[in-house]
Amino acid sequence: MRRMGVFRLTALVIGFAFLYVPILSLIVYSFNESRLVTVWSGFSTQWYGRLLENQQVLDAAWLSVKIAAITATGAVVLGTLAALALARFGPFRGRTLLTGMTTAPLVMPEVITGLSLLLLFVALEQWLGWPRGRGMTTITIAHMTVSLAYVTVVVKSRLASLDDSLEEAAMDLGARPLKIFLVITLPIIAPALVAGWLLAFTLSLDDLVIASFVAGPGASTLPMVIFSKVRLGVSPDINALASLMVGLVALAVVLVGVVLARQQRRAREARNMHAGPP
Amino acid sequence: MNLPMPAAASLRERTQQLRQWLHGRGLNARTLVIAVPWLWLALFFLVPFIIVLKIAFSEAQIAMPPYRPLLEWGADQVLQLRLNLGNFLFLLQDDLYWQAYLNSLRVALVSTLACLALGYPMAYAIARAPGNWRLILLMMVMLPFWTSFLLRVYAWIGLLKNNGLINNALLWLGLIDEPLVMLQTDFAIYVGIVYSYLPFMILPLYATLEKLDLTLLEAAEDLGCRPWRAFMSITLPLSAPGVLAGCLLVFIPAAGEFLIPALLGAPDSLMIGRVLWTEFFNNRDWPVASAVAIALLLVLLLPIMLWQWAQRTQDR
Repeated sequence: MRRMGVFRLTALVIGFAFLYVPILSLIVYSFNESRLVTVWSGFSTQWYGRLLENQQVLDAAWLSVKIAAITATGAVVLGTLAALALARFGPFRGRTLLTGMTTAPLVMPEVITGLSLLLLFVALEQWLGWPRGRGMTTITIAHMTVSLAYVTVVVKSRLASLDDSLEEAAMDLGARPLKIFLVITLPIIAPALVAGWLLAFTLSLDDLVIASFVAGPGASTLPMVIFSKVRLGVSPDINALASLMVGLVALAVVLVGVVLARQQRRAREARNMHAGPP
Repeated sequence: MNLPMPAAASLRERTQQLRQWLHGRGLNARTLVIAVPWLWLALFFLVPFIIVLKIAFSEAQIAMPPYRPLLEWGADQVLQLRLNLGNFLFLLQDDLYWQAYLNSLRVALVSTLACLALGYPMAYAIARAPGNWRLILLMMVMLPFWTSFLLRVYAWIGLLKNNGLINNALLWLGLIDEPLVMLQTDFAIYVGIVYSYLPFMILPLYATLEKLDLTLLEAAEDLGCRPWRAFMSITLPLSAPGVLAGCLLVFIPAAGEFLIPALLGAPDSLMIGRVLWTEFFNNRDWPVASAVAIALLLVLLLPIMLWQWAQRTQDR
Protein backbone atom coordinates (compact mmCIF):
# COMPACT_ATOMS: atom_id res chain seq x y z
CA MET A 1 0.00 0.00 0.00
CA ARG A 2 2.89 2.31 0.84
CA ARG A 3 4.53 1.67 -2.51
CA MET A 4 1.29 2.61 -4.27
CA GLY A 5 1.34 5.90 -2.35
CA VAL A 6 4.83 6.69 -3.65
CA PHE A 7 3.77 5.80 -7.19
CA ARG A 8 0.74 8.09 -7.05
CA LEU A 9 2.76 10.93 -5.60
CA THR A 10 5.37 10.55 -8.38
CA ALA A 11 2.64 10.60 -11.03
CA LEU A 12 1.24 13.84 -9.61
CA VAL A 13 4.65 15.53 -9.23
CA ILE A 14 5.74 14.67 -12.79
CA GLY A 15 2.36 15.56 -14.25
CA PHE A 16 2.04 18.92 -12.54
CA ALA A 17 5.69 19.80 -13.27
CA PHE A 18 4.96 19.13 -16.94
CA LEU A 19 1.86 21.33 -16.79
CA TYR A 20 3.37 24.24 -14.87
CA VAL A 21 7.08 24.54 -15.77
CA PRO A 22 6.36 26.07 -19.21
CA ILE A 23 4.01 28.65 -17.72
CA LEU A 24 6.47 29.51 -14.94
CA SER A 25 9.29 29.88 -17.46
CA LEU A 26 7.14 32.35 -19.42
CA ILE A 27 6.56 34.44 -16.31
CA VAL A 28 10.17 34.36 -15.09
CA TYR A 29 11.60 35.43 -18.45
CA SER A 30 9.05 38.21 -18.87
CA PHE A 31 11.06 40.03 -16.17
CA ASN A 32 14.32 39.47 -18.02
CA GLU A 33 16.21 42.53 -19.13
CA SER A 34 17.73 40.97 -22.25
CA ARG A 35 15.97 40.69 -25.58
CA LEU A 36 17.37 37.14 -25.81
CA VAL A 37 14.61 35.33 -24.03
CA THR A 38 16.67 32.46 -22.64
CA VAL A 39 19.70 34.37 -21.31
CA TRP A 40 19.11 35.95 -17.91
CA SER A 41 20.72 39.36 -17.65
CA GLY A 42 18.90 41.06 -14.82
CA PHE A 43 15.48 42.00 -13.50
CA SER A 44 13.45 44.49 -15.51
CA THR A 45 9.86 45.40 -16.16
CA GLN A 46 10.63 47.18 -19.42
CA TRP A 47 8.73 44.63 -21.55
CA TYR A 48 5.51 45.39 -19.71
CA GLY A 49 6.03 49.05 -20.49
CA ARG A 50 6.69 48.30 -24.16
CA LEU A 51 3.57 46.17 -24.29
CA LEU A 52 1.35 48.93 -22.96
CA GLU A 53 2.72 51.32 -25.58
CA ASN A 54 1.92 48.94 -28.44
CA GLN A 55 -1.31 50.32 -29.91
CA GLN A 56 -1.80 47.35 -32.25
CA VAL A 57 -1.78 44.91 -29.33
CA LEU A 58 -4.08 47.12 -27.25
CA ASP A 59 -6.62 47.50 -30.07
CA ALA A 60 -6.59 43.77 -30.74
CA ALA A 61 -7.01 43.01 -27.03
CA TRP A 62 -10.01 45.37 -26.76
CA LEU A 63 -11.64 43.80 -29.85
CA SER A 64 -11.06 40.31 -28.43
CA VAL A 65 -12.56 41.23 -25.07
CA LYS A 66 -15.65 42.74 -26.75
CA ILE A 67 -16.14 39.65 -28.93
CA ALA A 68 -15.57 37.32 -25.98
CA ALA A 69 -18.11 39.13 -23.77
CA ILE A 70 -20.86 39.09 -26.43
CA THR A 71 -20.01 35.48 -27.35
CA ALA A 72 -20.17 34.31 -23.75
CA THR A 73 -23.52 36.01 -23.09
CA GLY A 74 -25.10 34.66 -26.27
CA ALA A 75 -23.65 31.19 -25.76
CA VAL A 76 -25.02 31.02 -22.21
CA VAL A 77 -28.54 31.92 -23.40
CA LEU A 78 -28.53 29.48 -26.33
CA GLY A 79 -26.65 26.75 -24.43
CA THR A 80 -29.05 26.94 -21.48
CA LEU A 81 -32.04 26.59 -23.82
CA ALA A 82 -30.42 23.56 -25.47
CA ALA A 83 -29.54 22.04 -22.09
CA LEU A 84 -33.11 22.58 -20.81
CA ALA A 85 -34.53 20.91 -23.92
CA LEU A 86 -32.17 17.93 -23.63
CA ALA A 87 -32.35 17.46 -19.86
CA ARG A 88 -35.97 18.30 -19.08
CA PHE A 89 -38.21 17.90 -22.13
CA GLY A 90 -38.11 14.14 -22.64
CA PRO A 91 -38.44 12.90 -26.21
CA PHE A 92 -39.16 15.39 -29.01
CA ARG A 93 -38.71 15.46 -32.76
CA GLY A 94 -35.13 16.37 -33.72
CA ARG A 95 -33.73 15.44 -30.31
CA THR A 96 -31.04 13.10 -31.65
CA LEU A 97 -29.94 15.75 -34.11
CA LEU A 98 -29.79 18.38 -31.36
CA THR A 99 -27.67 16.05 -29.20
CA GLY A 100 -25.36 15.46 -32.15
CA MET A 101 -25.10 19.15 -32.99
CA THR A 102 -24.23 20.05 -29.39
CA THR A 103 -21.54 17.37 -28.97
CA ALA A 104 -19.83 17.35 -32.38
CA PRO A 105 -18.39 20.91 -32.11
CA LEU A 106 -16.47 19.79 -29.00
CA VAL A 107 -14.23 17.49 -31.03
CA MET A 108 -14.48 18.97 -34.55
CA PRO A 109 -11.03 20.10 -35.77
CA GLU A 110 -10.96 23.90 -35.81
CA VAL A 111 -9.77 24.14 -39.40
CA ILE A 112 -12.96 22.41 -40.56
CA THR A 113 -15.27 24.54 -38.43
CA GLY A 114 -13.50 27.71 -39.52
CA LEU A 115 -13.50 26.91 -43.23
CA SER A 116 -17.13 25.76 -43.26
CA LEU A 117 -18.37 28.85 -41.40
CA LEU A 118 -16.46 31.16 -43.72
CA LEU A 119 -18.02 29.48 -46.76
CA LEU A 120 -21.44 29.86 -45.15
CA PHE A 121 -20.89 33.58 -44.54
CA VAL A 122 -19.72 34.08 -48.13
CA ALA A 123 -22.76 32.21 -49.45
CA LEU A 124 -25.15 34.15 -47.18
CA GLU A 125 -23.67 37.42 -48.36
CA GLN A 126 -24.24 36.35 -51.96
CA TRP A 127 -27.85 35.29 -51.38
CA LEU A 128 -29.09 37.71 -48.76
CA GLY A 129 -26.52 40.48 -48.67
CA TRP A 130 -25.91 39.68 -44.99
CA PRO A 131 -23.45 39.66 -43.26
CA ARG A 132 -21.95 42.45 -45.32
CA GLY A 133 -18.21 41.83 -45.25
CA ARG A 134 -16.59 39.95 -42.43
CA GLY A 135 -15.31 41.10 -39.09
CA MET A 136 -16.55 41.35 -35.55
CA THR A 137 -20.06 40.03 -36.31
CA THR A 138 -18.91 36.92 -38.15
CA ILE A 139 -16.25 36.12 -35.52
CA THR A 140 -18.85 36.48 -32.77
CA ILE A 141 -21.35 34.19 -34.51
CA ALA A 142 -18.64 31.58 -35.13
CA HIS A 143 -17.44 31.68 -31.53
CA MET A 144 -20.99 31.50 -30.19
CA THR A 145 -21.70 28.39 -32.24
CA VAL A 146 -18.68 26.54 -30.87
CA SER A 147 -18.88 27.68 -27.26
CA LEU A 148 -22.63 27.09 -26.95
CA ALA A 149 -21.79 23.39 -27.18
CA TYR A 150 -19.48 23.72 -24.16
CA VAL A 151 -22.11 25.66 -22.21
CA THR A 152 -24.71 22.99 -23.04
CA VAL A 153 -22.47 20.25 -21.59
CA VAL A 154 -21.84 22.20 -18.37
CA VAL A 155 -25.48 23.24 -17.81
CA LYS A 156 -26.88 19.85 -18.85
CA SER A 157 -24.75 18.00 -16.32
CA ARG A 158 -25.84 20.45 -13.62
CA LEU A 159 -29.52 19.95 -14.56
CA ALA A 160 -29.08 16.19 -14.62
CA SER A 161 -27.61 16.15 -11.10
CA LEU A 162 -30.39 18.42 -9.88
CA ASP A 163 -33.34 16.97 -8.02
CA ASP A 164 -36.42 17.96 -10.03
CA SER A 165 -38.84 17.45 -7.13
CA LEU A 166 -38.70 21.18 -6.35
CA GLU A 167 -39.81 22.00 -9.89
CA GLU A 168 -42.55 19.38 -9.68
CA ALA A 169 -43.76 20.72 -6.34
CA ALA A 170 -44.01 24.22 -7.81
CA MET A 171 -45.91 22.85 -10.77
CA ASP A 172 -48.34 21.05 -8.47
CA LEU A 173 -48.92 24.33 -6.67
CA GLY A 174 -49.93 25.86 -10.00
CA ALA A 175 -46.85 27.90 -10.93
CA ARG A 176 -46.40 28.61 -14.62
CA PRO A 177 -43.34 27.06 -16.38
CA LEU A 178 -41.66 30.44 -16.90
CA LYS A 179 -42.12 31.34 -13.25
CA ILE A 180 -40.73 27.96 -12.18
CA PHE A 181 -37.73 28.51 -14.38
CA LEU A 182 -37.05 32.01 -13.08
CA VAL A 183 -37.70 31.33 -9.39
CA ILE A 184 -36.41 27.79 -8.93
CA THR A 185 -34.33 26.42 -11.80
CA LEU A 186 -32.33 29.55 -12.59
CA PRO A 187 -30.96 30.17 -9.07
CA ILE A 188 -29.97 26.52 -8.73
CA ILE A 189 -28.14 26.33 -12.05
CA ALA A 190 -26.58 29.79 -11.59
CA PRO A 191 -23.09 28.40 -10.73
CA ALA A 192 -23.16 26.35 -13.95
CA LEU A 193 -24.16 29.47 -15.90
CA VAL A 194 -21.25 31.39 -14.40
CA ALA A 195 -18.86 28.53 -15.21
CA GLY A 196 -20.26 28.28 -18.73
CA TRP A 197 -19.97 32.03 -19.27
CA LEU A 198 -16.33 32.03 -18.17
CA LEU A 199 -15.59 28.97 -20.30
CA ALA A 200 -17.14 30.55 -23.40
CA PHE A 201 -15.33 33.82 -22.68
CA THR A 202 -11.94 32.09 -22.47
CA LEU A 203 -12.57 29.93 -25.53
CA SER A 204 -13.44 33.00 -27.57
CA LEU A 205 -10.54 35.07 -26.21
CA ASP A 206 -8.17 32.23 -27.04
CA ASP A 207 -9.27 31.19 -30.51
CA LEU A 208 -6.90 31.72 -33.41
CA VAL A 209 -7.89 29.29 -36.14
CA ILE A 210 -11.63 29.92 -36.48
CA ALA A 211 -11.20 33.69 -36.12
CA SER A 212 -8.50 33.69 -38.82
CA PHE A 213 -10.90 32.05 -41.26
CA VAL A 214 -13.97 34.18 -40.61
CA ALA A 215 -12.28 37.55 -39.93
CA GLY A 216 -12.13 40.07 -42.71
CA PRO A 217 -8.99 42.06 -43.46
CA GLY A 218 -10.07 44.82 -41.08
CA ALA A 219 -10.48 42.84 -37.86
CA SER A 220 -7.52 41.34 -36.00
CA THR A 221 -8.13 39.67 -32.68
CA LEU A 222 -5.44 39.38 -30.03
CA PRO A 223 -4.48 35.76 -30.88
CA MET A 224 -4.12 36.75 -34.55
CA VAL A 225 -1.71 39.56 -33.62
CA ILE A 226 0.22 37.30 -31.22
CA PHE A 227 0.46 34.57 -33.84
CA SER A 228 1.91 36.88 -36.46
CA LYS A 229 4.51 38.07 -33.91
CA VAL A 230 5.31 34.59 -32.60
CA ARG A 231 5.87 33.25 -36.11
CA LEU A 232 8.90 35.53 -36.32
CA GLY A 233 10.36 34.02 -33.17
CA VAL A 234 10.29 34.41 -29.40
CA SER A 235 9.95 37.97 -28.16
CA PRO A 236 9.94 39.16 -24.55
CA ASP A 237 6.91 41.44 -24.81
CA ILE A 238 4.81 38.37 -25.69
CA ASN A 239 6.13 36.82 -22.46
CA ALA A 240 4.93 39.89 -20.62
CA LEU A 241 1.51 39.62 -22.26
CA ALA A 242 1.31 35.92 -21.37
CA SER A 243 2.19 36.63 -17.75
CA LEU A 244 -0.50 39.30 -17.52
CA MET A 245 -3.09 36.89 -18.92
CA VAL A 246 -2.01 34.08 -16.58
CA GLY A 247 -2.23 36.48 -13.66
CA LEU A 248 -5.72 37.67 -14.62
CA VAL A 249 -6.98 34.12 -15.14
CA ALA A 250 -5.53 32.91 -11.85
CA LEU A 251 -7.17 35.86 -10.08
CA ALA A 252 -10.55 35.17 -11.73
CA VAL A 253 -10.41 31.44 -10.95
CA VAL A 254 -9.50 32.08 -7.31
CA LEU A 255 -12.29 34.67 -6.98
CA VAL A 256 -14.93 32.40 -8.52
CA GLY A 257 -13.64 29.51 -6.38
CA VAL A 258 -13.96 31.56 -3.18
CA VAL A 259 -17.46 32.78 -4.09
CA LEU A 260 -18.66 29.26 -4.97
CA ALA A 261 -17.13 27.77 -1.81
CA ARG A 262 -18.80 30.43 0.35
CA GLN A 263 -22.13 29.83 -1.39
CA GLN A 264 -21.84 26.08 -0.82
CA ARG A 265 -20.99 26.59 2.83
CA ARG A 266 -23.99 28.86 3.27
CA ALA A 267 -26.25 26.32 1.58
CA ARG A 268 -24.90 23.60 3.87
CA GLU A 269 -25.47 25.73 6.95
CA ALA A 270 -29.01 26.49 5.82
CA ARG A 271 -29.67 22.78 5.35
CA ASN A 272 -28.21 21.97 8.75
CA MET A 273 -30.45 24.53 10.35
CA HIS A 274 -33.54 22.94 8.82
CA ALA A 275 -32.44 19.42 9.61
CA GLY A 276 -31.10 20.38 13.04
CA PRO A 277 -32.50 19.14 16.36
CA PRO A 278 -35.95 20.54 17.21
CA MET B 1 -46.49 41.07 -35.47
CA ASN B 2 -49.93 42.66 -35.47
CA LEU B 3 -51.41 42.06 -32.10
CA PRO B 4 -54.75 43.62 -31.28
CA MET B 5 -53.58 45.72 -28.37
CA PRO B 6 -55.71 48.32 -26.65
CA ALA B 7 -53.52 51.12 -25.40
CA ALA B 8 -54.59 50.71 -21.80
CA ALA B 9 -54.05 46.97 -21.55
CA SER B 10 -52.05 45.97 -18.52
CA LEU B 11 -48.83 44.02 -18.83
CA ARG B 12 -50.54 40.90 -17.58
CA GLU B 13 -53.26 41.13 -20.22
CA ARG B 14 -50.71 41.71 -22.91
CA THR B 15 -48.60 38.69 -22.00
CA GLN B 16 -51.81 36.67 -21.88
CA GLN B 17 -52.67 37.84 -25.39
CA LEU B 18 -49.16 37.14 -26.62
CA ARG B 19 -49.36 33.66 -25.21
CA GLN B 20 -52.70 33.02 -26.90
CA TRP B 21 -51.42 34.44 -30.18
CA LEU B 22 -48.37 32.16 -30.10
CA HIS B 23 -50.44 29.22 -28.98
CA GLY B 24 -52.87 29.73 -31.82
CA ARG B 25 -49.99 29.21 -34.20
CA GLY B 26 -48.81 26.02 -32.51
CA LEU B 27 -45.96 27.86 -30.81
CA ASN B 28 -45.75 27.29 -27.12
CA ALA B 29 -42.80 28.01 -24.85
CA ARG B 30 -41.61 24.43 -25.09
CA THR B 31 -41.35 24.56 -28.87
CA LEU B 32 -39.53 27.88 -28.71
CA VAL B 33 -36.98 26.60 -26.19
CA ILE B 34 -36.19 23.70 -28.50
CA ALA B 35 -36.39 25.63 -31.75
CA VAL B 36 -34.03 28.52 -30.98
CA PRO B 37 -30.82 26.52 -30.30
CA TRP B 38 -31.88 23.89 -32.85
CA LEU B 39 -32.22 26.39 -35.68
CA TRP B 40 -29.06 28.24 -34.66
CA LEU B 41 -26.99 25.06 -34.77
CA ALA B 42 -28.64 23.84 -37.96
CA LEU B 43 -27.81 27.12 -39.69
CA PHE B 44 -24.30 27.64 -38.33
CA PHE B 45 -23.10 24.09 -37.84
CA LEU B 46 -24.97 21.76 -40.22
CA VAL B 47 -25.63 23.87 -43.31
CA PRO B 48 -21.95 24.94 -43.57
CA PHE B 49 -20.94 21.31 -44.14
CA ILE B 50 -23.32 21.09 -47.09
CA ILE B 51 -21.75 24.23 -48.54
CA VAL B 52 -18.24 22.81 -48.03
CA LEU B 53 -19.35 19.68 -49.88
CA LYS B 54 -20.78 21.79 -52.69
CA ILE B 55 -17.65 23.88 -53.09
CA ALA B 56 -15.42 20.81 -52.98
CA PHE B 57 -17.10 19.84 -56.28
CA SER B 58 -16.69 23.25 -57.91
CA GLU B 59 -13.92 24.73 -60.02
CA ALA B 60 -11.50 27.36 -58.85
CA GLN B 61 -11.53 30.71 -60.62
CA ILE B 62 -9.84 34.03 -60.05
CA ALA B 63 -12.67 36.13 -58.67
CA MET B 64 -14.40 36.76 -55.41
CA PRO B 65 -15.55 34.28 -54.27
CA PRO B 66 -12.85 32.20 -55.97
CA TYR B 67 -15.02 29.32 -57.20
CA ARG B 68 -17.54 28.77 -59.98
CA PRO B 69 -21.14 27.98 -59.14
CA LEU B 70 -22.25 24.37 -59.58
CA LEU B 71 -25.50 25.30 -61.35
CA GLU B 72 -25.28 27.66 -64.28
CA TRP B 73 -27.93 28.95 -66.63
CA GLY B 74 -26.07 28.71 -69.92
CA ALA B 75 -26.49 31.06 -72.90
CA ASP B 76 -28.12 28.24 -74.89
CA GLN B 77 -30.94 27.92 -72.33
CA VAL B 78 -29.41 24.85 -70.78
CA LEU B 79 -29.23 24.50 -67.04
CA GLN B 80 -25.78 23.14 -66.48
CA LEU B 81 -24.72 21.23 -63.41
CA ARG B 82 -20.96 21.13 -63.34
CA LEU B 83 -19.61 18.59 -60.88
CA ASN B 84 -15.87 18.88 -60.78
CA LEU B 85 -14.28 15.71 -59.44
CA GLY B 86 -10.87 17.14 -60.19
CA ASN B 87 -10.24 18.32 -56.63
CA PHE B 88 -10.69 14.85 -55.20
CA LEU B 89 -8.71 13.18 -58.00
CA PHE B 90 -5.99 15.72 -57.29
CA LEU B 91 -5.92 14.65 -53.65
CA LEU B 92 -5.78 10.99 -54.62
CA GLN B 93 -3.01 11.43 -57.15
CA ASP B 94 -0.71 13.74 -55.26
CA ASP B 95 1.44 11.85 -52.76
CA LEU B 96 1.69 14.92 -50.58
CA TYR B 97 -1.94 14.60 -49.41
CA TRP B 98 -1.71 10.87 -48.69
CA GLN B 99 1.42 11.48 -46.66
CA ALA B 100 -0.21 14.36 -44.83
CA TYR B 101 -3.28 12.25 -43.90
CA LEU B 102 -1.22 9.26 -42.77
CA ASN B 103 1.22 11.49 -40.91
CA SER B 104 -1.60 13.33 -39.11
CA LEU B 105 -3.20 10.06 -38.02
CA ARG B 106 0.17 8.72 -36.82
CA VAL B 107 0.99 11.90 -34.88
CA ALA B 108 -2.51 11.98 -33.35
CA LEU B 109 -2.28 8.29 -32.36
CA VAL B 110 1.17 8.57 -30.76
CA SER B 111 0.17 11.75 -28.91
CA THR B 112 -3.06 10.16 -27.69
CA LEU B 113 -1.20 7.15 -26.30
CA ALA B 114 1.40 9.40 -24.65
CA CYS B 115 -1.42 11.48 -23.17
CA LEU B 116 -3.06 8.34 -21.80
CA ALA B 117 0.25 7.13 -20.33
CA LEU B 118 0.75 10.43 -18.52
CA GLY B 119 -2.91 11.20 -17.77
CA TYR B 120 -4.09 7.85 -16.40
CA PRO B 121 -1.73 7.75 -13.39
CA MET B 122 -2.59 11.38 -12.66
CA ALA B 123 -6.34 10.82 -12.87
CA TYR B 124 -5.94 7.70 -10.72
CA ALA B 125 -3.90 9.53 -8.11
CA ILE B 126 -6.40 12.41 -7.99
CA ALA B 127 -9.38 10.04 -7.67
CA ARG B 128 -7.66 8.29 -4.74
CA ALA B 129 -6.55 11.50 -3.02
CA PRO B 130 -8.24 12.57 0.25
CA GLY B 131 -11.61 14.25 -0.38
CA ASN B 132 -10.68 17.89 0.15
CA TRP B 133 -7.54 17.53 -1.98
CA ARG B 134 -9.41 16.20 -4.99
CA LEU B 135 -11.08 19.49 -5.87
CA ILE B 136 -7.82 21.43 -5.50
CA LEU B 137 -5.87 18.96 -7.67
CA LEU B 138 -8.63 18.99 -10.26
CA MET B 139 -8.57 22.79 -10.27
CA MET B 140 -4.81 22.61 -10.83
CA VAL B 141 -5.36 20.36 -13.86
CA MET B 142 -7.92 22.81 -15.25
CA LEU B 143 -6.03 26.03 -14.54
CA PRO B 144 -3.59 25.83 -17.51
CA PHE B 145 -6.58 25.12 -19.74
CA TRP B 146 -8.02 28.51 -18.80
CA THR B 147 -4.89 30.33 -19.97
CA SER B 148 -4.22 30.95 -23.63
CA PHE B 149 -3.61 27.85 -25.73
CA LEU B 150 -1.50 29.87 -28.17
CA LEU B 151 0.71 31.23 -25.40
CA ARG B 152 1.16 27.83 -23.79
CA VAL B 153 2.35 26.38 -27.09
CA TYR B 154 4.57 29.44 -27.50
CA ALA B 155 6.16 28.71 -24.10
CA TRP B 156 7.52 25.44 -25.48
CA ILE B 157 9.49 27.27 -28.17
CA GLY B 158 11.55 28.85 -25.40
CA LEU B 159 12.01 25.50 -23.68
CA LEU B 160 12.84 23.35 -26.71
CA LYS B 161 15.07 25.72 -28.72
CA ASN B 162 18.72 24.79 -29.33
CA ASN B 163 19.74 27.48 -26.85
CA GLY B 164 16.54 27.00 -24.87
CA LEU B 165 16.02 26.15 -21.21
CA ILE B 166 16.07 22.36 -21.52
CA ASN B 167 19.26 22.29 -23.56
CA ASN B 168 20.92 24.82 -21.26
CA ALA B 169 20.00 22.76 -18.23
CA LEU B 170 21.26 19.51 -19.76
CA LEU B 171 24.51 21.17 -20.88
CA TRP B 172 25.01 22.66 -17.42
CA LEU B 173 24.46 19.25 -15.83
CA GLY B 174 27.00 17.80 -18.23
CA LEU B 175 24.57 15.20 -19.56
CA ILE B 176 25.09 16.29 -23.17
CA ASP B 177 28.00 17.98 -24.95
CA GLU B 178 26.08 19.73 -27.68
CA PRO B 179 22.46 20.90 -27.79
CA LEU B 180 19.81 18.36 -28.80
CA VAL B 181 17.74 19.39 -31.79
CA MET B 182 14.19 19.27 -30.41
CA LEU B 183 12.33 22.24 -31.87
CA GLN B 184 10.99 21.73 -35.41
CA THR B 185 10.86 17.94 -35.02
CA ASP B 186 7.96 15.50 -34.60
CA PHE B 187 9.02 15.17 -30.97
CA ALA B 188 8.16 18.83 -30.41
CA ILE B 189 4.71 18.27 -31.98
CA TYR B 190 4.07 15.31 -29.65
CA VAL B 191 5.09 17.36 -26.62
CA GLY B 192 2.88 20.24 -27.73
CA ILE B 193 -0.19 18.06 -28.29
CA VAL B 194 0.23 16.09 -25.05
CA TYR B 195 0.74 19.32 -23.13
CA SER B 196 -2.27 21.10 -24.62
CA TYR B 197 -4.73 18.20 -24.50
CA LEU B 198 -3.76 16.59 -21.18
CA PRO B 199 -6.71 18.11 -19.24
CA PHE B 200 -9.14 16.64 -21.82
CA MET B 201 -7.69 13.20 -21.09
CA ILE B 202 -7.63 13.54 -17.31
CA LEU B 203 -11.19 14.87 -16.76
CA PRO B 204 -13.20 11.96 -18.28
CA LEU B 205 -10.76 9.46 -16.73
CA TYR B 206 -11.20 11.07 -13.34
CA ALA B 207 -14.99 11.02 -13.75
CA THR B 208 -15.06 7.22 -14.20
CA LEU B 209 -12.30 6.45 -11.69
CA GLU B 210 -13.97 8.54 -9.01
CA LYS B 211 -17.22 6.57 -9.31
CA LEU B 212 -15.36 3.25 -9.02
CA ASP B 213 -16.73 1.04 -6.25
CA LEU B 214 -13.81 0.61 -3.85
CA THR B 215 -15.37 -2.42 -2.15
CA LEU B 216 -14.59 -4.42 -5.30
CA LEU B 217 -10.88 -3.72 -4.81
CA GLU B 218 -11.13 -4.55 -1.10
CA ALA B 219 -12.82 -7.85 -1.93
CA ALA B 220 -10.05 -8.66 -4.41
CA GLU B 221 -7.42 -7.86 -1.80
CA ASP B 222 -9.17 -10.02 0.80
CA LEU B 223 -9.18 -12.89 -1.65
CA GLY B 224 -5.40 -12.56 -2.01
CA CYS B 225 -5.28 -10.70 -5.31
CA ARG B 226 -2.08 -8.72 -5.89
CA PRO B 227 -2.52 -4.96 -6.46
CA TRP B 228 -1.30 -5.09 -10.08
CA ARG B 229 -3.66 -7.96 -10.93
CA ALA B 230 -6.54 -6.19 -9.20
CA PHE B 231 -5.79 -3.07 -11.21
CA MET B 232 -5.69 -4.98 -14.50
CA SER B 233 -8.84 -7.01 -13.92
CA ILE B 234 -11.02 -4.50 -12.02
CA THR B 235 -9.93 -0.86 -12.23
CA LEU B 236 -8.86 -0.80 -15.86
CA PRO B 237 -11.94 -2.52 -17.35
CA LEU B 238 -14.31 -0.40 -15.24
CA SER B 239 -12.60 2.79 -16.36
CA ALA B 240 -12.83 1.82 -20.05
CA PRO B 241 -15.58 4.40 -20.85
CA GLY B 242 -13.34 7.14 -19.46
CA VAL B 243 -10.37 5.85 -21.46
CA LEU B 244 -12.46 5.83 -24.65
CA ALA B 245 -13.87 9.33 -24.08
CA GLY B 246 -10.49 10.78 -23.15
CA CYS B 247 -8.71 9.21 -26.13
CA LEU B 248 -11.34 10.46 -28.60
CA LEU B 249 -11.30 13.95 -27.05
CA VAL B 250 -7.55 14.06 -27.74
CA PHE B 251 -7.31 12.09 -30.99
CA ILE B 252 -9.97 13.82 -33.11
CA PRO B 253 -8.89 17.45 -32.65
CA ALA B 254 -5.20 16.46 -32.70
CA ALA B 255 -5.60 14.87 -36.15
CA GLY B 256 -6.71 18.23 -37.56
CA GLU B 257 -4.41 20.36 -35.40
CA PHE B 258 -2.95 23.42 -37.12
CA LEU B 259 -1.35 25.61 -34.50
CA ILE B 260 0.99 23.11 -32.81
CA PRO B 261 2.66 21.83 -36.01
CA ALA B 262 2.84 25.41 -37.31
CA LEU B 263 4.71 26.68 -34.25
CA LEU B 264 6.68 23.64 -33.05
CA GLY B 265 7.02 21.40 -36.12
CA ALA B 266 9.46 21.59 -39.01
CA PRO B 267 8.49 24.02 -41.79
CA ASP B 268 7.91 21.07 -44.12
CA SER B 269 6.12 18.88 -41.56
CA LEU B 270 3.04 17.42 -43.19
CA MET B 271 -0.07 17.67 -41.07
CA ILE B 272 -3.43 17.85 -42.76
CA GLY B 273 -4.65 20.84 -40.76
CA ARG B 274 -1.64 22.76 -41.96
CA VAL B 275 -2.12 21.64 -45.58
CA LEU B 276 -5.73 22.88 -45.46
CA TRP B 277 -4.56 26.21 -44.01
CA THR B 278 -1.93 26.62 -46.75
CA GLU B 279 -4.37 25.74 -49.53
CA PHE B 280 -6.80 28.29 -48.21
CA PHE B 281 -4.64 31.21 -47.08
CA ASN B 282 -1.52 30.91 -49.27
CA ASN B 283 -2.77 29.26 -52.48
CA ARG B 284 -6.28 30.75 -52.16
CA ASP B 285 -7.67 27.54 -53.64
CA TRP B 286 -11.01 27.27 -51.84
CA PRO B 287 -12.28 24.20 -53.74
CA VAL B 288 -9.16 22.15 -52.93
CA ALA B 289 -9.24 23.33 -49.30
CA SER B 290 -12.90 22.17 -49.14
CA ALA B 291 -12.00 18.81 -50.66
CA VAL B 292 -9.23 18.42 -48.04
CA ALA B 293 -11.78 19.24 -45.31
CA ILE B 294 -14.29 16.70 -46.67
CA ALA B 295 -11.59 14.02 -46.85
CA LEU B 296 -10.49 14.80 -43.29
CA LEU B 297 -14.12 14.57 -42.14
CA LEU B 298 -14.49 11.18 -43.82
CA VAL B 299 -11.36 9.93 -42.02
CA LEU B 300 -12.66 11.24 -38.70
CA LEU B 301 -16.28 10.16 -39.25
CA LEU B 302 -15.80 6.83 -37.49
CA PRO B 303 -14.09 8.31 -34.39
CA ILE B 304 -16.68 11.12 -34.26
CA MET B 305 -19.58 8.66 -34.42
CA LEU B 306 -17.88 6.58 -31.73
CA TRP B 307 -17.66 9.74 -29.61
CA GLN B 308 -21.35 10.53 -30.14
CA TRP B 309 -22.27 6.97 -29.22
CA ALA B 310 -20.11 7.13 -26.09
CA GLN B 311 -21.79 10.40 -25.06
CA ARG B 312 -25.27 8.91 -25.55
CA THR B 313 -24.54 5.78 -23.53
CA GLN B 314 -23.08 7.95 -20.78
CA ASP B 315 -26.23 10.07 -20.65
CA ARG B 316 -28.42 7.06 -20.16
